[in-house]
Amino acid sequence: MEKVGILIEFKDDKIKKTNYGVITLARQQGCELYALVLNGNAAACKEQLQQYGIKKIIDIASKEGPLQWHPVKWARAVVAAMDHFGINTLCGLTSAQGKELLPRIAADLDAPLVMDCTDVVLNERAAKKSQFSGKTVATIKVNGNHFIFGIRPNAIEKQPDPCEAEVIPFQTTVDKEALVVKEIKLQTHTGIDLTEADIIISGGRGMQKPENFAILFECAQVIGAAVGASRAAVDAGWAPHSMQVGQTGATVSPKVYIACGISGSVQHFAGMKTAGLIVAVNTDPEANITKNCDYYIVADLFEIVPILSRQLKLVVGENQLT
Amino acid sequence: MRIYVCVKHVPDSAATITIRGNNQIDESVTFLLNPYDEHAVEEGVRLKAQIGASEVVAVTLGKEAAINTLQSVLAMGADRGILIKTNDRPDSIFTARALKAAIEQDGKPDIIFTGKESIDSEGMQTMFRLAAALDMPVATNVVAFSIDREHAFVECEMEAGVRQLLEMPLPCVIGTGKGLNKPKYPTFIDIRKAKQKEIKQIVLASLKIEKPAASMEISELKLAVEQRQPKELKGQPQEIVKELIQVLRDEAKVL
Ligand SMILES: Cc1cc2nc3c(=O)[nH]c(=O)nc-3n(C[C@H](O)[C@H](O)[C@H](O)COP(=O)(O)OP(=O)(O)OC[C@H]3O[C@@H](n4cnc5c(N)ncnc54)[C@H](O)[C@@H]3O)c2cc1C
Repeated sequence: MEKVGILIEFKDDKIKKTNYGVITLARQQGCELYALVLNGNAAACKEQLQQYGIKKIIDIASKEGPLQWHPVKWARAVVAAMDHFGINTLCGLTSAQGKELLPRIAADLDAPLVMDCTDVVLNERAAKKSQFSGKTVATIKVNGNHFIFGIRPNAIEKQPDPCEAEVIPFQTTVDKEALVVKEIKLQTHTGIDLTEADIIISGGRGMQKPENFAILFECAQVIGAAVGASRAAVDAGWAPHSMQVGQTGATVSPKVYIACGISGSVQHFAGMKTAGLIVAVNTDPEANITKNCDYYIVADLFEIVPILSRQLKLVVGENQLT
Repeated sequence: MRIYVCVKHVPDSAATITIRGNNQIDESVTFLLNPYDEHAVEEGVRLKAQIGASEVVAVTLGKEAAINTLQSVLAMGADRGILIKTNDRPDSIFTARALKAAIEQDGKPDIIFTGKESIDSEGMQTMFRLAAALDMPVATNVVAFSIDREHAFVECEMEAGVRQLLEMPLPCVIGTGKGLNKPKYPTFIDIRKAKQKEIKQIVLASLKIEKPAASMEISELKLAVEQRQPKELKGQPQEIVKELIQVLRDEAKVL
C-alpha cells in the first residue's frame, strides 16, 4: 500500500474543512495515509481526522516544541518527516499556505509538483488541472522518486469513513535560515475565506460603489457565505484584491457561486468555473454569464439581493427551530 | 546592481484556445507578456531608477516568437534581453535549470524578479526551483518590496487579510503579486527605443543541461466542457427569490 502524506492546514488553530476532500481523494485510492501536522494541534484534531479515515497523525515538532510558522523551516520539516516515515507522495491544498509550502518542498526534493489539481490518480502518477484560464483541462504525468500534488480546495467532495487514529510524535531539527519571518500582519477582514466557503456571493461593476457591498455582506452573513468581487470592482477600489475572483485573483470551487452585476468575462470564469452551481443576477439578459451558468435572474441586483437576505433569514430561522 | 527579470510569453487570456494534436494548443493566437511578469518588470525597472548604476536584464525561455515579449519588456524599461531558444516545451524542473544556466553565463545576479505564476500552465513553482538551483532565498506573491544594501524586505499576501513580512539576504528571488505596483504602459517612443536594445539568443541545447531525474509532462490536453444549461428564473422578485432558495436547498443542498 502506498504511503501518502497529507499536509493538514489550519485557520486560527481550527482544522480547515477543505482538508477532508484531500484526505478523501487519497483514501479512496487505497493509500496508507499519514496526516502531517506542524503547528502543535495534532492531538486536538485527532477526533476530526479519524472521522475521515486517518489512522496516523504525525505530530511534527522541534526540541523546543511546536514549530512557529516559517515557510522554509516548515517545508524542511515536512521533507524530514517524509524521509523518516518513507512517504514518497504528498498531497496538500492549493491554498495560500499550500502555494508557499508545496513548491518549496518540491524544489527541496527536486520532485515533480502539480498545483491546483481537480483530480489525481495516485498509482498512475497522473493529475488533472485546468490550464489556459480554465479553457482547457490538462492531464499531467509525473516521473521521479517523490510526487507532490496540490489539490484545488473543494474540488473533491469529502466523505467520512470513521476509524481510530494514533498520534505519532516526530522531532525534527530546525536550522537557522537565511529567510526571516519578521511579522504576520493581520488586516481588517470581514467574513470567511473565499477558498474555504461553500457559498460565495460576488459583486462586479454592477455594484456601482463600495458602500453597496454591504448588501452582499449582509446576505452572506445569514448563510455563512464569503463575499467575492470581479476585477472591475477591485480595480475601482470598491473591494480589496484579496476578494478578487478570477485569473488574477482567487480560484474558487464553492458549491454555489452567486454572481451579482458581473458580466462573466473569460478571466472571471477562470476563477470560478468549477463551482457546483452558478447563479447570475444581471440586468442584461445577453450578458455572457447568462450563457454559462445554471440559473440566471434578469433583474436589478439592488432589488433581488435584499429580498434574498430577508427570505434567507426566515429560512435559516426556521431551520434553527426544527 | 544586476537585476534579472524572468518572463514568459503566453497566450492572451482573452484568446480562443483550440487544441492541436493530443497535448498542445494552436499557437496562432495572440501571445503577450504574462500579466504577473509585468509587475516583475515594473519592480525591476523601479529598483534601477531608485538605486542607479544598475542593469535590468530580462530572460525568457521559448520559441523565436518570444522575442516579441522581450521587446515589450525592453519597452517597459529593461536594458537587455536574453532568449533561451527552443521549440520544445520543457517542464518547470528543466526550465529552472535553463534559467539558472543562462543567468550565470551572463553575470552575477543581485536580485531576480519573476511573476508569481504564469497564466498558461499555471504551475506556480518555477521561481522556487530557480531559487533552489541558485541556492537563494525566495518569496512569492510579494505585494510590497524594499531593499537596503544587503537585504530585501517583502510583504507577501497570504489568505485574505493576512500578510507575512519577510527579510531575506541578497541575492534572492522575488515572485511578484498583483498588488505590488501598477505597471506603466510604454509610450510610442519607449517602443521605438526598445528596438535598439540588445536581445541575445542562446540555443537551449548549447547550455548542455543534464536531463533531470524527475519530470512532468502533459499527456493530454482537452477543452474544458461547458456542460451548464442555463435556466432563467422568472416572475415577480419575491417569487424568483423563493425559487432560488428552493434551488439552494434542494439542488445545491447548502441550506
Ligand atoms: C490579464 C487579465 C486578467 C484579468 N483578471 C481578472 C480576474 O482575476 N477577475 C475578474 O473578474 N476579471 C479579470 N479581468 C478583467 C475581465 O476581463 C473583465 O473586465 C472583468 O471581469 C469585468 O468585471 P465585471 O463583470 O464586474 O464588469 P462588467 O463586464 O462591466 O459587467 C458588469 C455587469 O453588471 C451588470 N449590471 C450592471 N448594473 C446592474 C444591476 N443594478 N443589477 C444587476 N446587474 C447589473 C451589467 O449588465 C454587466 O453585465 C482580467 C483581465 C485581463 C486582461
